[in-house]
Amino acid sequence: MNDEEIAGYFEDKLKDDDLSSAIAAIETLLECLQRDAAETLSGLIHNLKQAKEVLVTTDCLATTSVSSGSDLFLRFITLASLELDDFKEVKEILISRGKLFLQKVSTCRTKITHLGMPFIKDGCVILTHSYSRVVACVLKCAAESKKRFSVYVTESCPDKSGNFMAQLLQEYDIPVTVILDAASGYILDKVDVVLIGAEGVVENGGIINKIGSYQLALCANALNKPVYVLAESFKFVRFFPLNQQDLPNQFKYRASTLKKGANLSIEHPSVDYTPPSLISLLITDLGVLTPSAVSDELIKLYL
Amino acid sequence: MQSADVGDPSKANKAVKKSVKKERRKEKISNKGDSSKSQQQQSVQQFDGAVAPKSKAELRAERRAKQEAERAAKTLKKEEQAKSNKAKGPQVSANLQVDDPKVQKKAAKKLEKQQVPQRTEGHKKVTLFSHLHQYERSVSITKDIGFGSTGIHPAIIKLGLQYAEGIITGSNARCAALMNAVCQLIADYETPPQKELARHLESKLKPAISFLNQCRPLSVSMGSAIKYMKIKITKIPSDMSDDKAKQELISDLQAFVHVNITLAKQAISNSACSKISDGDVVMIYGSSSLIIHVLNAAFKTGRNFRVVVVDGRPKLSGIRALRHLCRAGIKCSYVLISAVSYIMPEVTKVFLGAHGLLSNGYVMGSVGTSLVSMAAKARGVPVIVCCEAYKFCERVQTDSFVNNEIGDPRDLLATDGSSSGPLIKEDAYKNLDSLKVLHLTYDVTPPQYMAMVVTELGMLPCTSVPVVLRVRSFDT
Repeated sequence: MNDEEIAGYFEDKLKDDDLSSAIAAIETLLECLQRDAAETLSGLIHNLKQAKEVLVTTDCLATTSVSSGSDLFLRFITLASLELDDFKEVKEILISRGKLFLQKVSTCRTKITHLGMPFIKDGCVILTHSYSRVVACVLKCAAESKKRFSVYVTESCPDKSGNFMAQLLQEYDIPVTVILDAASGYILDKVDVVLIGAEGVVENGGIINKIGSYQLALCANALNKPVYVLAESFKFVRFFPLNQQDLPNQFKYRASTLKKGANLSIEHPSVDYTPPSLISLLITDLGVLTPSAVSDELIKLYL
Repeated sequence: MQSADVGDPSKANKAVKKSVKKERRKEKISNKGDSSKSQQQQSVQQFDGAVAPKSKAELRAERRAKQEAERAAKTLKKEEQAKSNKAKGPQVSANLQVDDPKVQKKAAKKLEKQQVPQRTEGHKKVTLFSHLHQYERSVSITKDIGFGSTGIHPAIIKLGLQYAEGIITGSNARCAALMNAVCQLIADYETPPQKELARHLESKLKPAISFLNQCRPLSVSMGSAIKYMKIKITKIPSDMSDDKAKQELISDLQAFVHVNITLAKQAISNSACSKISDGDVVMIYGSSSLIIHVLNAAFKTGRNFRVVVVDGRPKLSGIRALRHLCRAGIKCSYVLISAVSYIMPEVTKVFLGAHGLLSNGYVMGSVGTSLVSMAAKARGVPVIVCCEAYKFCERVQTDSFVNNEIGDPRDLLATDGSSSGPLIKEDAYKNLDSLKVLHLTYDVTPPQYMAMVVTELGMLPCTSVPVVLRVRSFDT
């Protein structure tokens, strides 16, 4: 599969709104694996790594999760050494492992929903930031189990994806209000819990999420409101930022902006980093974790 | 019964057994249906030197015997319980109980047995730290070691002196020197006839380590190395020839130094370099061999940064770091620790070395480290600790008082005989009874002041120390 085909397949998959970008990337990589013409294992891995590079440089919004998801996929399929002589058999095993990984990863959201339900109590007021599929899924499930709650969503400029989230929640019959990003401090008094998604979870337990999350978490901490992050395990990234400036440009700006060679000092970043001290709990498919447990899980996943 | 001495458990035991046996014999006889007279006679013979064989006296004697037996059994139980209670109590090292005379007597006896000279405590002790040793470097500890063959190898004696005089400082240097000296010891070692290498070598190492501990308390790195040594020695197969075993041990110990110090240094430099960007102002404290290596490596990759070296008395080890960095061509500034909050607004990152990392995420470093971290955190400057994984220990400490090393207080006094100057003069210290001088060596920093720890396993948050310990215990 050449670069254009890969990009085209990936963008096709992205059209399904309900599918996380990382899962779309993993499906694309699996397709690459199946159609690959390499004769040796190292050749195959080389091709897959190149495919991953193509995916990361496509103009999607969630570069972080695409990068982490692809990394984990590649690691998962090549984890144990294969000492079989026939390359075709090896390839079959890799493909079956890849399918298994995809299957596991598709069930992440249901596990998170199940774990996140107890955190939404009857009569609570929830504040969320921008559009997150996982948060929408959990709220939908809570509404279906007849819990009464109301939601405030920040508008989340510049793409105003908060409006899209509000539309979605209204379809599930959840009372929702859209507020300006600047009004999050004003509304926090009324709020019981802050629920946000994540694009990436970094090694120290902090998260990379749509710009404005850091601000929200800071205000929530100042007013002693708990901040819960809902993230799938394939979003765990082997990266350790020290502060906002330490995030690589690949994560902060869209690929098209970087390709244009625009002056990055005037370009607005689309994500920010929330340190672990501001996060109360991370609800993942590996369980409900404290930020310091993320490092433990990452070591288990990668070592 | 005269034989039942209640205070003596072994005798009481025997008395119990005797009385039980006697009673059984009596019962057998009565069951056989002997005449009562002969029964009385026999019972009289058993209770030696008894009075006239009356049945009442017999019964009384029997009752007494039973009571004594029960009492003896009870005391046995109590003593066993007392023993088990002692074993359950927390095991505190003798080095942390200097104000307990009983514990110190035991420790002194142990040292005498090992033929290790013991240091004398200083005259003026700070009462807050009376639970720790407070020595003064007045008399050389090796003065009492004669020229005859003692239990301690000369390489170890040389090493101990180098530690005590401060010639070898820094945890990596001390650990590497220790391994060198032990390799020499093993090379010169001859197993005495009819003894096994593994057992006897260990008993040779114990006095050596006690001696080194007396010269200067063992560092966390040395403790880790000694643990590794002991594991390797116990794993020597009994059928291996002595020469081969010695060779393998020596190469194992050298590999330990190579992997855990040399190679780890390179791995840590690679990761830590990525955290230094152009235009950075990096602050370091004191002199850590690892940090100097990291900064040199980062400079070689062409990054443009400058360094602020913070230094503290009395060791003034920052001057050594300054020398190394300037020689490499890095732009440096030098301040004393009293100016750390003044210089902090200019600083973008702080790199610190560590003496050891504790299981609860606390970092043990040279005294002053926690001050620099707190000042950095107050201004939002990230603190990065670089530490090799072998320095992770299973100890837990939340303050710098419980376990520390107290150095010679005279280091803080005026060194030359000049009558002017701000430092306290020696005569003033000697004559003023109420004046005490405290020279702490280490302090402990909580993990909330640290942004990350860089080890050869990667960049981790401070709270992941137990995970690393678990992963490493799978490897060994």
